[in-house]
Amino acid sequence: MINLKPILAGAVLALATGMTALPAVAETPANMLVIANRIDDITTLDPAQSFEFAGSDVSRNVYGKLVNFDPLDLTAGYQPDLAESWTVSEDGRTITFTMREGVTFHSGNPVTAADAEYSLRRVIILNKTPAFILTQFGFTPENVSKTIVADGNTLSITTDKRYATSFVLNCLTATIGGIVDMKTVMEHEVDGDMGNTWLATNTAGSGAYSVQSWKPNESVTLVSNPDFYLGAPAMERVIVRHIQESATQRLLLEQGDIDVARNLNPEDISGITGVDGVDVDSELRGRLMYISLNQAHPVLSKPEVREAIKYLIDYEGMQDSFLRGQYTIHQNFLPATYLGAIDDAPYSLNVDRAKELLAAAGVEGLEIEVGVREAQERIEIAQSFQNTMALAGIKVNITVGTAKQILGRYRARELDVYLGAWGPDYPDPHTNAGTFAYNPDNSSEAGATGLLAWRNAWDTGGLTEMTAAAVVEGDRDVRAQMYGDIQRKFLEISPFAVMFQKIEQTGRRNNVQNLGLGGAITAVSYWPVTK
Amino acid sequence: MLGLLFITFIIGRVMPVDPVLSIVGESASKETYDAAYKAIGLDKPLIVQFATYIWDVITGDFGVSLLNARPVADDIKRVFPATLELATLGTLIGVFVGVPLGVIAAVKRGSWIDQIARVLALVGYSMPIFWLGLVSLLVFYGILGWVGGPGRVGIFYVDIVPEVTGMILVDSILDRNWEVFRDALSHIILPALLLGYYSLAYISRMTRSFMLEQLSSEYITTARVKGLSERAVIWRHALGNIKVQLITVIALSYAGLLEGSVLTEIIFAWPGIGSYITTALLSADMNAVMGGTVVVGLVFVCLNIFSDLLYKYFDPRAK
Repeated sequence: MINLKPILAGAVLALATGMTALPAVAETPANMLVIANRIDDITTLDPAQSFEFAGSDVSRNVYGKLVNFDPLDLTAGYQPDLAESWTVSEDGRTITFTMREGVTFHSGNPVTAADAEYSLRRVIILNKTPAFILTQFGFTPENVSKTIVADGNTLSITTDKRYATSFVLNCLTATIGGIVDMKTVMEHEVDGDMGNTWLATNTAGSGAYSVQSWKPNESVTLVSNPDFYLGAPAMERVIVRHIQESATQRLLLEQGDIDVARNLNPEDISGITGVDGVDVDSELRGRLMYISLNQAHPVLSKPEVREAIKYLIDYEGMQDSFLRGQYTIHQNFLPATYLGAIDDAPYSLNVDRAKELLAAAGVEGLEIEVGVREAQERIEIAQSFQNTMALAGIKVNITVGTAKQILGRYRARELDVYLGAWGPDYPDPHTNAGTFAYNPDNSSEAGATGLLAWRNAWDTGGLTEMTAAAVVEGDRDVRAQMYGDIQRKFLEISPFAVMFQKIEQTGRRNNVQNLGLGGAITAVSYWPVTK
Repeated sequence: MLGLLFITFIIGRVMPVDPVLSIVGESASKETYDAAYKAIGLDKPLIVQFATYIWDVITGDFGVSLLNARPVADDIKRVFPATLELATLGTLIGVFVGVPLGVIAAVKRGSWIDQIARVLALVGYSMPIFWLGLVSLLVFYGILGWVGGPGRVGIFYVDIVPEVTGMILVDSILDRNWEVFRDALSHIILPALLLGYYSLAYISRMTRSFMLEQLSSEYITTARVKGLSERAVIWRHALGNIKVQLITVIALSYAGLLEGSVLTEIIFAWPGIGSYITTALLSADMNAVMGGTVVVGLVFVCLNIFSDLLYKYFDPRAK
C-alpha cells in the first residue's frame, strides 16, 4: 500500500500557498497597454495577405504606408505617411510620391523608394486574397516592372486608365499598402516566396510597434519602436490577449487586470456602465446589415413592391431591442464616416403605406423565401421581418443554412430574398458603390457573382454609369457629391433595403486616453495612447 | 489509431464548411481561390490525400495549419502542456479528495458524511460547468480577490521562465523562480479545483460502490474476527483490493480531462487543446483537427498501457 500521508500533506500545502498567493494587481503598468480581444481570426501577419480585423489591428501599428489616416482625425482622410508629398500627371494615370527622409525600419535599414516599389510589386506578384484592392487598377505581375517604379527618392505608379486620385490613395491606406523592409524580408525568402512564409509570423516594418510574439488564439505582444518618426509611443508594450468570453473580459476589466475589453455583449456593457474607473466607448464600424430582393422574381421586381417592403421593416423596433448597442439605423450603402456618406433615412415601419403600394401593384397572397446564415442576430432580424411582412399579408419562409449553403444559392441568384451583412473591403466609397450600384452586364452568362447588384439580377437603372463616373472624378469634393446623388437614387429605386450599421462598444479603464479604434475605415492605433 | 484517423479524415471532407473559403475569404478572386485549393491538395483523389497524410504523420509531420500556416506540431506543443498541467492537477485533487470521501461514505453508510458526499457528487454531475466556472470566478477572483484571474499567468509573468516542458508550474520550479510559480499556481488553482470537483464526483461515487462490495465480503469479517484494527481492515485490506478497479476509473477520468474541457478553457481563457481543436474544427482547419485528434488518441493509448502496467504491479494474479 502506498503511503498517502506525505503526498496528501504536500497537496494541502500546495493548495494553501495557492490560496494565499495574492498578486491582486490593481492596475496594469503605466507604460503597458493590455487589451482583451478575440484574435482567432488572425491567419497571417504578412500585409500582402492579411485581410481580417485582428490582423489589420496588428498591421496598422507595425507597417508604415505611403499615405495613412491620422488616428486622431479620421475625417480628414488620407494624409502623408512614408510619402511626404505626391504629384499627379496630366493624364491622371501616374502618381509620383516623394519619400520622407530619415525614416528607418525596425532593423535600422532606411526606408527608401526601393522598399516601397518592392512592397507594392510583391502584393501584385504574390496575388493573395486582398491583392484585388491594387490589381483593380490594372497592375499585373507582367507589367509591374513598368507600372510601379522607384527612381531615386521617388516612386511612380501608373494605372491602366484614369482613376480618381482619392480612389487610388484610399486603397493605399488599406493593410495591403504596408511597406516592408526589402532587405530583411529577402534574407528570409524560401523557394521564391518573397518572404511570405517568414512574414506570416514575423514583422519587418517601420511603424510604431513591432511584433514580439504571436501565439495563435492566445496573445499578440507588440513592443514599441523608440525611433518611430512621429515620436516614441508612450505605451512601450501592448499585449492583446485572446479572451473568448464576454463575461470573462468584463471581470478582468473590473479588476483592472486589463485596460480595454473589446468584445463585451450588451448585458455586460450595461453591467459596467457607471462602474467606477471604467468608461464605455461606442464606435461605428463598416459592416452593414441589409435585405435584398431578387429582381428575377416576377413580383419582387415591381417598383411598388420594392418600396412597400422597405416600409415593412421595423428598423426602430430592432435597433432598440435585440440590436441595442450593436447596430444603429443606417439606410445607405456607404457606411457613415466614409467619403460621400449621407445619413438620409426615409423609411420606417408603415404598414398602411405598404398596403396601399401593394394594392396599387395588384399583389395578393405573396409567399417568398428569405435565406439567412445561421447567426443569431441575423435569424432574429429575419423573424422580425417575417412578422412585419405578415402584417401586410405577405408570407415569409425563413431558410437558415451555413455560410456555404446560403451564399452558394445567393451567388447563383436562386434566393427570393437574402438577408445578410456586407463589410467594405478597403477605405474608399467605391468598395461598396462598386458592388451595390454597379452591374455592367446583368445577363446570367456574365456570372459576376462578386457584385451584389448582379446576385440580385438588378440592372441598376443607370447607377452603373454614375458609379463609373464617380470613380474617375479627380476632385475629392465633387466626387463626394456624386456618391451622395447615387445613394439618394439608390434609396428610391434599388431592391436593397440597407437597415443597420455596426457599432462596436468597448469597455476601457478611464485612465487610458486617445485610443482610436479606427471607425469604419481603418483599424486600431496604439501609438497615440497615453495613461 | 488508423481507424480513428480515417473517420476524422472522412468527417473533415464531408463537412459543409469550405476550407478554401475560410482561408481566402469571400472576396477572393477565382485565381486566388484555385491557387489555395491546389496548395492544400484538394484537387487530388481522396485516397491519395489520405495516404499522403498518414505517411506524413508517421514521419512526425502533422502538416501546417491551413489557417495560420504554422506547423501543427508546434501549435500542439504549445497547447497540450497547458491542458496536461490543468488535467493533472485536477485529477490529483479528484483522487486525493474523492477516494477518501468515497471510502468514508461507504464505511459510514447512511451517515451525514455519506449524505454530503452524495449531494456533492450529484451536484458535480448535474451542474453546468459553464455556470459554475463563471460564478466561482466572480466570487473568488472578482469579489474576494483570492486567486489570479483568467489566463495561465499574470501579464507581468508572461514569457519569463525559460520553456522546458511548457507546463509553467514545472518550468518555474526548474528555474527556481518562486514568484512565477506562485502566480501560476494562483491562476491554475480555480480551474483545477473546478475540474477536480467534477472528477471527484465520479471517483468518490465509484470508490463508494467498490468499497461497499468489499466490506460485505467474508474476508473482511475474517480480518475483523482476527482482531485487526478497523483502520487496517478498511484502508489496507478493503481499499487494497479495489486498487485495480480504481486505477481504471481514475485513468478514464484523467483521459477525459486530457481531451481538454472546452468550456473550462474558454471561461478561464486557458489556451489548451480542447479550445484548440474546437477553433480548428469551426474554421475547417483539418490539419489542426487531425493533429489534435492524433494526440488525444495517443494519450488514450498511453494511459491504457500505463494502467495495464499498474495492474500487473498491483495484482499478483496478472503477473
